[in-house]
Amino acid sequence: MEMIRAFFSRPAAASILSLIGVIVFYVLFGGVDLINLAAAASWMNFAANLGIVAIPVGMLMIAGEMDISIGAMIPAGSITTAILSGYYGLPIEVGMLGALGLGVIVGLINGILTLRTTVPSLIITLGTLVGMQGIVLSAAILLTGNASIPVKAPEWAKSVFGQLLGNGHQIIIVWWIALTIALAFVLHMTRYGNWIFALGGDKVSARNAGIPTGRLTISLFILSATSASFVGMCQAILFNSAQVSGGMGYIFNAIASVVVGGVLLTGGFGSVMGIFAGTLTFAIVNQGIYFTHIDRNWSNLIIGITLLVAMAMNESFRKLALS
Amino acid sequence: MNHPILSLNQINKSFGPIDVLHDISLQVSAGEVLCLLGDNGAGKSTLIKILSGVHIPTSGQILMDGAPVAFQTPRDASNRGIATVHQFGGTFPLMSIGRSFFVGAEPTKGWAPFKVFDRTKANAIAVKAVQDFGITRIDDGDRLVGGLSGGERQSLAIARAVYFGARVLILDEPTAALGVKQAAHVLRIVNQAKKRGLAVIFITHQVTHAMAVGDHFAVLIRGAIAADFKKGEKTREEITDLMAGGQAMAELEAEIDHQSH
Repeated sequence: MEMIRAFFSRPAAASILSLIGVIVFYVLFGGVDLINLAAAASWMNFAANLGIVAIPVGMLMIAGEMDISIGAMIPAGSITTAILSGYYGLPIEVGMLGALGLGVIVGLINGILTLRTTVPSLIITLGTLVGMQGIVLSAAILLTGNASIPVKAPEWAKSVFGQLLGNGHQIIIVWWIALTIALAFVLHMTRYGNWIFALGGDKVSARNAGIPTGRLTISLFILSATSASFVGMCQAILFNSAQVSGGMGYIFNAIASVVVGGVLLTGGFGSVMGIFAGTLTFAIVNQGIYFTHIDRNWSNLIIGITLLVAMAMNESFRKLALS
Repeated sequence: MNHPILSLNQINKSFGPIDVLHDISLQVSAGEVLCLLGDNGAGKSTLIKILSGVHIPTSGQILMDGAPVAFQTPRDASNRGIATVHQFGGTFPLMSIGRSFFVGAEPTKGWAPFKVFDRTKANAIAVKAVQDFGITRIDDGDRLVGGLSGGERQSLAIARAVYFGARVLILDEPTAALGVKQAAHVLRIVNQAKKRGLAVIFITHQVTHAMAVGDHFAVLIRGAIAADFKKGEKTREEITDLMAGGQAMAELEAEIDHQSH
């Protein structure tokens, strides 16, 4: 009984149940062959690309802030890599550092603006989202004359960031799992993680307790922008080209994964495991439908219902934990 | 004769053209409870903020153990042993008791960069600290703070302050949001803290609670000390009259009396 209670008190509980629920639904009503689904690469690739962005976004939400500029940072990362190493022919290291460096700069801007102004971070990152879209498009057209830029990375870069393993599985899956483990450790096992929960729970008390809330906030924004540009960079290396468009879908998908994962929108509660399970749930709903005989147009409806059910479960489990 | 741990000497505070506190002089010694009474708007919050380092006084001196001190940040004040417990506990409802107890001062084990938060130790210390104050219902440091009653949360915050070496405990309206039984709980803990040698500044507008624990009383009206007296020198009615501006209350009572006849 105590163990059951302990399970349901965890933020990840609802997302794990949602994941199981969705798989069961597809197997029972969609005629999905579980072995086939498990071996398929499509949903895993989808989950990995989304997951690398979702975890930092989720950590920011736990700290009480929002970052939607990730939608522009993904194409920014790929375009930067492509312009520097593809169009200008500079070594791939320069392209990579450029993409990641851009993430650091935009993260800094997001963080500093959030701290220095009273504007909510949702609006600030909306500004950087739109601004970066403009910058990326202008840079691509003005510098290369094209909205799509080719880039050919050397062997070592392709094998580390842009390889296909097994059945079409992108190597970014490995990066995703590594990042999940690292960030789960930081958030749940270190004191910095405790600071993040404190910051989201009560900003003033956190500051009064001596936590460097400013530095912490900026670090989280840098983490989220850089993770997004990392994903873009990997995509450019994998597909040998970068597009100006794309990335907007990640905003909704990341927030949905995070919310299904048990992170409280108002901050102070959540877990990396939950975000991981939420991302998997989303990926399976979105991509798994192609393995069923259900009309794929229903996938958004299924996502919507899953979201609502997961949120309702999260609410009840949290009330249980607080009783 | 006890030397005061904390004294305020002619403290004034203005925000631009608005004068909030005038010539406040107060002192509190170890093992003593000073009750700061005053209605809403009297300037109690500003005074607490000055004591806890949030605001800097416009003029006047703060002395600790007889020596002048200046607090630039709340951290300065808490480093010197001044702990403030706010009305809504200031604890984090969605964190576990162990984590909330040690926010900002988390115990760790292991070596950098893999220093891990020592959850078992934090839970054990937090539970013991609060049980030492007489709250025996709390026995699991993993339970969320939000699951505790208001009185228990206050007690947790006070136990935390005492554990981290507070010498002066400032309690901002600790019983305002609590029912009778829970308030009694908190008052019992205030007495415990007093017995342990802390100086307590108890801010409230509830005279009964103040009289249950206070050794020394000061009434704040519109930013100035209107009365300063020791326990036993005034009755409950006299104190309530003072706080409400005496005459106004008497006139109101007469008016109501008149209307009901």
